[in-house]
Amino acid sequence: MKNIRNFSIIAHIDHGKSTLSDRLIQSTDIVSDRDFKDQILDSMDIERERGITIKSQTICLPYTAKDGNLYWLNLIDTPGHVDFSYEVSRALASCEGALLLIDASQGVEAQTLANLYLALENDLEIIPVINKIDLPSANIEMVKNQIEEDLGLDPDTAILASAKNNIGIEEILEAIVHKLPPPKGEPNAPAKALIFDSHYDPFRGTIVHFRVFDGRIRPKDKIMFMSNKAEYTVEEVGIFQIKRIIQDEIAAGRVGYLIAGIKTVSDTKSGDTITRKDRPCEQAMPGFKDPKPVVFSSIYPVSTDDYPELIVALEKLKLNDASLVYEKDSSSALGFGFRCGFLGLLHLEVVQERLEREYDLSLIITAPSVRYEVVLTDGTTLMVENPALFPDPATIASTREPYIRASIMVPDKYMGTVMTLCMERRGINKNYQYFSSNRLEMIFELPLSEVVYDFYDRLKTVTQGYGSFDYEIIDYRETDIVKVDILINAEKVDALSQLVHRDNAVFRARNACDRLKEEIPRHMFKVAIQGAIGGKVIARETINPYRKDVTAKCYGGDISRKRKLLEKQRKGKKRMKMAGNVMIPQNAFLSVLKSKE
Amino acid sequence: MRRNGFIGDTDTDTERITNAVSSKAGIYLHIPFCIRKCPYCDFYSTSNLSQASAFVDALIAEIRMEGNSGAWGAVEFDSVYIGGGTPTVMDTRAVLRIMGALYETFSISDAAEITIEANPATLSKDQLAALRKGGINRINIGIQSFDDANLSFLGRIHTGKDAVKALQLAGKGGFDNIGIDLMYGLPGQTPENWQKDLETAVSYGPAHISCYMLTFEPGTVMDNARKAGQFKVPGDRVQASLFLATARMLVQNGYDHYEISNFAKSAGLRSLHNAGYWNNRPYLGLGPAAHSYAPPVRKANVRSVRRYIGRMEGGKSPVESSEILDIRQQMMEAVYLGLRKADGIGYVEFNRRFQTDFCDMFEAVIDRLAKKKYLVADADKCRLTLEGMLLQESIAGEFIQVFS
Ligand SMILES: Nc1nc2c(ncn2[C@@H]2O[C@H](COP(=O)(O)OP(=O)(O)O)[C@@H](O)[C@H]2O)c(=O)[nH]1
Ligand code: SF4
Repeated sequence: MKNIRNFSIIAHIDHGKSTLSDRLIQSTDIVSDRDFKDQILDSMDIERERGITIKSQTICLPYTAKDGNLYWLNLIDTPGHVDFSYEVSRALASCEGALLLIDASQGVEAQTLANLYLALENDLEIIPVINKIDLPSANIEMVKNQIEEDLGLDPDTAILASAKNNIGIEEILEAIVHKLPPPKGEPNAPAKALIFDSHYDPFRGTIVHFRVFDGRIRPKDKIMFMSNKAEYTVEEVGIFQIKRIIQDEIAAGRVGYLIAGIKTVSDTKSGDTITRKDRPCEQAMPGFKDPKPVVFSSIYPVSTDDYPELIVALEKLKLNDASLVYEKDSSSALGFGFRCGFLGLLHLEVVQERLEREYDLSLIITAPSVRYEVVLTDGTTLMVENPALFPDPATIASTREPYIRASIMVPDKYMGTVMTLCMERRGINKNYQYFSSNRLEMIFELPLSEVVYDFYDRLKTVTQGYGSFDYEIIDYRETDIVKVDILINAEKVDALSQLVHRDNAVFRARNACDRLKEEIPRHMFKVAIQGAIGGKVIARETINPYRKDVTAKCYGGDISRKRKLLEKQRKGKKRMKMAGNVMIPQNAFLSVLKSKE
Repeated sequence: MRRNGFIGDTDTDTERITNAVSSKAGIYLHIPFCIRKCPYCDFYSTSNLSQASAFVDALIAEIRMEGNSGAWGAVEFDSVYIGGGTPTVMDTRAVLRIMGALYETFSISDAAEITIEANPATLSKDQLAALRKGGINRINIGIQSFDDANLSFLGRIHTGKDAVKALQLAGKGGFDNIGIDLMYGLPGQTPENWQKDLETAVSYGPAHISCYMLTFEPGTVMDNARKAGQFKVPGDRVQASLFLATARMLVQNGYDHYEISNFAKSAGLRSLHNAGYWNNRPYLGLGPAAHSYAPPVRKANVRSVRRYIGRMEGGKSPVESSEILDIRQQMMEAVYLGLRKADGIGYVEFNRRFQTDFCDMFEAVIDRLAKKKYLVADADKCRLTLEGMLLQESIAGEFIQVFS
């Protein structure tokens, strides 16, 4: 065990985590450069394009240190986004230490802090690494200052590196070996292992990623998941070295995978404890949670014919993404679709993109909503996240909505604009803290519903790209929610309804009407767009009809061209949704939530 | 469901449709030369006149080739339209040579309507008299406007005076069936300015007036200038009111508004040839970029004088593309074109051609649009009102939505 090190790299997005991972892999003996696929850990296209790791992967790196000994370095990759902070915390719980990577020109950012806190909660040993020192804009002194004053770490232990130019890599590997403690654990105690991830393999079913704390896991073991007492027989165990390498056992202190005929990844839960059925451990690993979706949105195929394909695509995605939940939904304007729950907005976007790109579906996504708690006058409590299911206001005694604690880091000159943005979103400023070099961390409590749509975009805009953001859900609080309906030529379009705070209703309704006015094309007739609560109209816009739509000339050579144009228009119309006689383009359904710049 | 059942299927339908075609047809000749290209024009034409004589040989070769093919052997042509381009920039003898080849090759009826398009700047009395003698009995003059400022905006090579002179010359040259083209909706044009053009036109009493709303065809010099913001295009309200004013004024003066942009002094003076395009009449198009239609087949010739001449010299067909219209496409065209005409879509003809019941098939659309006064469903036909004509494209789109 003394030759094992389990570690993660934690960083704000774009500070160089993937690049450093690649360098570490290349510097050890596991792959030849010729085979090396750049950024091997981020294997999925979408993730690579956005530079975000969502599905974490693990790799076991054999490394011969300067002391002549061979060490096994388990690099446990963590998802790189706020939506997945629970998954990050489970990965960190499987490590003894972490590399805290900081961009030499950007310095400490919101996710640097958030990830550091998670690491400290898990008692990890931290090695600060200042990356991108090759950049002309690198400011090592500033970052060292931040490490000391803002993070409370020893700046002298920080390693200066350039993942891109291969500077400091050996120093990092040596520090992993010498500064991080080896794992502890009792190999002969009852088995106790922590699940930190799982993925789906079409041939083998679910592959569970775990860290053994005590005992060992072997093929043929009868194992049990402690959260739900589900039992399986282990078929295979092994370690990841780009490919899976089969092992006889995974013993205390080690990281590996197991295959046990588990059908879907939803049957395994990150943070759950694996033990042996015949000789269970006494206590499960602490910190287990069943992460619940917090953002909900309906997904419909643009062409109703694609519904069966959407079903298949969601089923396939779900195999690899336990946090995605969905159920059937239907809309008079959009036909059949699914109401889906996501861990957060990025999760929503990634799912949408994968459906569109990998499954070639064209989709309409409705405005995302949070889940409200509604207490009825008869005392029953409902959880409602679908505007269509919001009860008659006359029967509602009270409503509550989820709140988040948001941490926003910005240069202090943006303090005012960030304050204004958060106040507009019903935020409560809890406190703020000055960091070195004029940076500021502002803490707000905000209703989650106020950040579900374009909050992050707006924050980027008002801080000219310098603001960073992290959040956690804290609690449910009393609120006053109403349902705003949108009527188009007096016909209610169900898929455009939104649940909003009463104080914002008029503003939101106006905004929605305004946006729809931009999205809906002119028609032959006047199009009236109204926002209403119950029967009461609170906002309206009109799209004037066009007066003329005719071609001056149509002779011999024009006829075929004209017909082809008509055929093309007809196809275009088929992609539009109809509300009565009014055509509504695909984008309109999401646009209603976007605020005007 | 029988009604929709046939759409798009089976050869027997195609055959039936083929046999239903009347044996009368028109000939269109495309003369692809102009003295100078007008900035708004997207017709195929060139100002490189050096190829003119080779072109005439090629055109005559195509006439012979079509004649030899026998495809049009049983057809009696009762209209010929010499268009372009500007046919009158060509040597008159060349035009007469072409006419001679046509008469030799095809059966053209004695009473055929034979039209030539003319540019006011390039006409002479002798030329007109010669054309008239050569059997051409109708002339269509591209006047566009009598106002010099308008003409200069349109990049035309003639003046208002030239226009008047051309009208007088045509009369003197023996033409009694004279048509003119006018354009409106020019940037900054006032209703009064347009009214004046119309009044001038009417004062000469031409047999036929085409009034075209200025449109900006993609890729033209004028469209690029518009995109670059060099002038402001009148809004659709202004254009709509000019259209309505045009129709009212000409109808008050006794003209028959028989198609969106076309007016005839009497029903008998409608352009037989052009009406053919809207009535599913077959036509043989000759020359570069010309289209032919022998239902259900439409063909297009190469859109280049050089390649056209090359093909004809090599004894090859000038056809560049051809398509066979399925029933649905034919119905699309019938609806689209029918709605452009004052005569609208005649039920008997439509039902016979498509083995359906028009009123039944489009009942919902007709009701909806009739309520809005965009169309009128008469006992024998369905036609657009003036307001409806302004929205003809969208309305045709609604009809087409029903069966496709
Ligand atoms: N100049 C420089 N650029 C780097 C360095 N390390 C990473 N990058 C670049 O920074 C960007 C983000 O790196 P990536 O590894 O994808 O960041 P991640 O989001 O933390 O995984 C990429 O364009 C990298 O090429 C470095 O040491 N120097
Ligand atoms: S004269 Fe007629 S065909 Fe020639 S460029 Fe002008 S508008 Fe076009």
